[in-house]
Amino acid sequence: MEKRELICIGCPLGCMITVDMQDGKVVKVTGNTCPRGEKYAVKEVTCPTRIVTSSVRVSGGDIHVLSVKTREAVPKEKIFDCANALKTVKVAAPVRIGDIILKDAAGTGIPFVATKNVKFRSSL
Amino acid sequence: MYDVVIIGAGVTGCCIARELSRYQLNACVVEKGDDVASGTSKANSGVIHSGFDAKPGSLMAKLNVEGNALLWKLAEELDFPVKKNGALVVATDEEEVKHLELLLDQARQNGVPGVRILSREEVMNMEPNLTDKTVAALYAPTGGVIDPFNLAIAMGENANVNGVEFRFETEVLQIRKKNGKYELETNHGTIETKCVVNAAGVYADKFHNMVSEEKIHITARKGEYLLFDKTVGDLFTASVFPVPGKMGKGILIAPTVHGNLYVGPTANDVEDKESTNTTQDILQVLTEKAKANHLSKRVIPMNKVITSFAGLRAHQDKHDFIVQEVPDAEYFFDAAGIESPGLTSSPAIGVMMAKMVSEKLKLKEKTGFVSARKGVLKPEKLTDEERNELIKKNPAYGNIICRCEMITEGEIVDAIHRPLGAKSMDSIKRRTRAGMGRCQAGFCTPRTMEILSRELRIDMTEITKKGGGSRLVVGKTKEL
Amino acid sequence: MKSYEIVIIGGGPAGLAAALAAKESGVGSILILERDRELGGILNQCIHNGFGLHTFKEELTGPEYAYRFIEKVLEQKIEYKLNTMVMDITQSKIVTYMNRTEGMVHIQAKAIILAMGCRERPRGALNIPGFRPAGIFSAGTAQRLVNMEGYMPGREVVILGSGDIGLIMARRMTLEGAHVKVVAEIMPYSGGLKRNIVQCLDDFGIPLRLSHTIVDIRGVERVEGVTIAQVDEHMKPVPGTEEDYDCDTILLSVGLIPENELSNKINVQMNAVTSGPVVNESLETNVEGVFACGNVLHVHDLVDYVSEEAALAGKNAAKYVLGKFSGQENSAHTITLEAVDGVRYTVPKTVNIGRMEDTVKVRFRVGNVFKDSYVSVYYDDERVLHRKKIIMAPGEMEDITLDRKKLLGYPDLKKITVKIEKE
Repeated sequence: MEKRELICIGCPLGCMITVDMQDGKVVKVTGNTCPRGEKYAVKEVTCPTRIVTSSVRVSGGDIHVLSVKTREAVPKEKIFDCANALKTVKVAAPVRIGDIILKDAAGTGIPFVATKNVKFRSSL
Repeated sequence: MYDVVIIGAGVTGCCIARELSRYQLNACVVEKGDDVASGTSKANSGVIHSGFDAKPGSLMAKLNVEGNALLWKLAEELDFPVKKNGALVVATDEEEVKHLELLLDQARQNGVPGVRILSREEVMNMEPNLTDKTVAALYAPTGGVIDPFNLAIAMGENANVNGVEFRFETEVLQIRKKNGKYELETNHGTIETKCVVNAAGVYADKFHNMVSEEKIHITARKGEYLLFDKTVGDLFTASVFPVPGKMGKGILIAPTVHGNLYVGPTANDVEDKESTNTTQDILQVLTEKAKANHLSKRVIPMNKVITSFAGLRAHQDKHDFIVQEVPDAEYFFDAAGIESPGLTSSPAIGVMMAKMVSEKLKLKEKTGFVSARKGVLKPEKLTDEERNELIKKNPAYGNIICRCEMITEGEIVDAIHRPLGAKSMDSIKRRTRAGMGRCQAGFCTPRTMEILSRELRIDMTEITKKGGGSRLVVGKTKEL
Repeated sequence: MKSYEIVIIGGGPAGLAAALAAKESGVGSILILERDRELGGILNQCIHNGFGLHTFKEELTGPEYAYRFIEKVLEQKIEYKLNTMVMDITQSKIVTYMNRTEGMVHIQAKAIILAMGCRERPRGALNIPGFRPAGIFSAGTAQRLVNMEGYMPGREVVILGSGDIGLIMARRMTLEGAHVKVVAEIMPYSGGLKRNIVQCLDDFGIPLRLSHTIVDIRGVERVEGVTIAQVDEHMKPVPGTEEDYDCDTILLSVGLIPENELSNKINVQMNAVTSGPVVNESLETNVEGVFACGNVLHVHDLVDYVSEEAALAGKNAAKYVLGKFSGQENSAHTITLEAVDGVRYTVPKTVNIGRMEDTVKVRFRVGNVFKDSYVSVYYDDERVLHRKKIIMAPGEMEDITLDRKKLLGYPDLKKITVKIEKE
């Protein structure tokens, strides 16, 4: 039996939740105050995911830095790989919100998309 | 080879440089900081002392009164902000009133104009926020406030326009007398000169002692300050002093020339001449002093503090200015021990030193000395029509960069491109006040960096706060 | 002098939502004045996700959330000016603005909506001792440098204050390759959302030291290190608890202050607790026709609430300029709201029953962490609401709703009290 402890993020209460696990499966969740806590805990111990947000440089646009995010949440252990995958990415204006900036973020199959519009630089 | 090298571009060095620039000579100021006024001159009370405090017969007393008289005219000639707000020493009991009499007598001996003792009623009319315990006060109408940076900047710029060279980030390491000249070894090579003027502030003893057997000793006496928001700047009109004690004039509460209020300075002798840090204990003392200030009727709200800072006074053991040719080191001149009222006295020190040096070197006055200088153009002082004309000609004056002090891009660009122009964030701040307001540069930092980068054609990563290793950013994102 | 029915100062989330609501209410001439180079305000530098869960039922990043509003402002052809600073306003509602192309311009407004947002508390306000080297940034300034300008403020970072921006920047700097060593928080609880503690600190093993503050900053040119120490219940550092950290950067996330320089110019009455204007049920200040919303009114935790509040300000400003507040309504009696026993303030501060909508949301913050406690509302001495909350914390805004119909049943009511009760 393996025990995992975590803090619930559902509300400011921040319950200390204990999850009992056997063979990678959740056996029991304790310490939570509400059902949301249990749902969060199960997800967090079995397949924790995060949306990664970052930025890339953009050329020829009215701004120099373009904000981006993974379109969906990626496995938590891939956060750094995803962020680092952007190091070599170059983007040219114009860009629209939702445009794909990197097709597959670090082998997750999930793309990075733009979260901001960038217009051509009109003049200097 | 130079005729004169001045060590130190503080207010003393800049005033000396400016007065010497009236003569035909080859002069240079060497300064280890990246700008003028980057040591003691940038962190002090900014008070123009009238001269009642200095000991009668001392050089301090003489130069204070002379310096005070010079400053008002210079402010017009060189366009830097001053305000003659008067000084008050407030007595809260009969014992202290006796001390006021002593100060009054001193004022007369020193030749300070217009000093008198005010009754409780008179002074309360003048300063309604003074404590109810006020019994009487000494009033010196020639007391004032000044922007301490801009006196040094104005003097420095004017000296530069008149031909004095400035070498910044140049630290003098050793001084040698050789073949009738001085060799100054610096971090950027050796400089030769006929004559040296030592205006090195807290380090003046170090340089003096390199060439003289008659040693002097200077202690760094730290003063810490709390600076308050302009919204409480109207507490007092005059600079309000307590009755003085052993360590100096005491902690005062005074408006700055720009309308902030400050409380300070404290006085603590420190070993390290670089220790311009504020300390937890002293800030605590200052906070208590400000909260329970016995001279103010109104409580000073501590949530209006916008910053705290510390400066080091160059306290000489004998507590007087030394302005001399060093007796056992010909052609080596000291302007040492320049502590309060050094800022006020600096124009007079400049005149006195220039006289000594020019006589020694038999210098001739030059023709075409430029005596006037215009400061950074302040759009806020213009009418709307004038301002619009200005913006039409130069749109940068329509772009606010510092929202607290309402400083425009035009002013910042001016500060960068004028003589001895600003190269770092702090040097822009001292010339324009951008970043000096209540948000303390939170808003304008990225914007000012962009302007510096563009105007000086340097990368954002090369921009410093105050020269040397004080870079603001360490690289681009995605490159670490 | 050109005139507008409504002039909105600030084109951030509050200004945008206010403009849209005013437009929907039938006001034709609206002008938004924005000092930055684009609309959207601080949301443009908040590139992380987590915005809009309440409003759009999805998780957006700051720029995406902003764009939902910007898009509508563009569709509605609401006039706006960028890179434009408001220099002055007067009680007679003359607004002076300045920009590069037009210079100083005076315009006449019928109503003004204050939506200037807030600014960060600087180091000076905390009186942190030590040197003043390069490398000390407020978290928001660092956020702008990283996310909008693309520069890294430093490599080895210590953060003071656990406000949300500080926490977000801890993660952001980490993802860019910096090493965040510790977050020190002077209070015994975090000022930020639980979610940010977990996802910005715990995910990356960054320690949070509660009841700790910075007592010294080292480094003459660039920051070289800090000393943090534990504080006692009076927030005074405890001698002997000092710990040194080598670092080149200090980020400060120690609170936000509404930016009310302009409000003060027209003597808007201010609330000492929020540092924002005192407003009535219409979010109108004591200066008639001058409304306030968003972080200039009181600092919010979620932008969704800013948008909601600002829409109300926009709607009421519209009513004001269209002459829908008049006569009888204005003369109806006014009830004062009082915040006591753990409730720090309420927005609004007064309610005029004649002018209020069917319901009015009253927002407030608590002054401490309360567990298993009750939000209670008293109409004079009668308790009319007693709602149990498992947890309330200073970092999160709370609200209650006042019902007009119910209030009409209390014709002599003078005071509504909001408080926290244990039982």
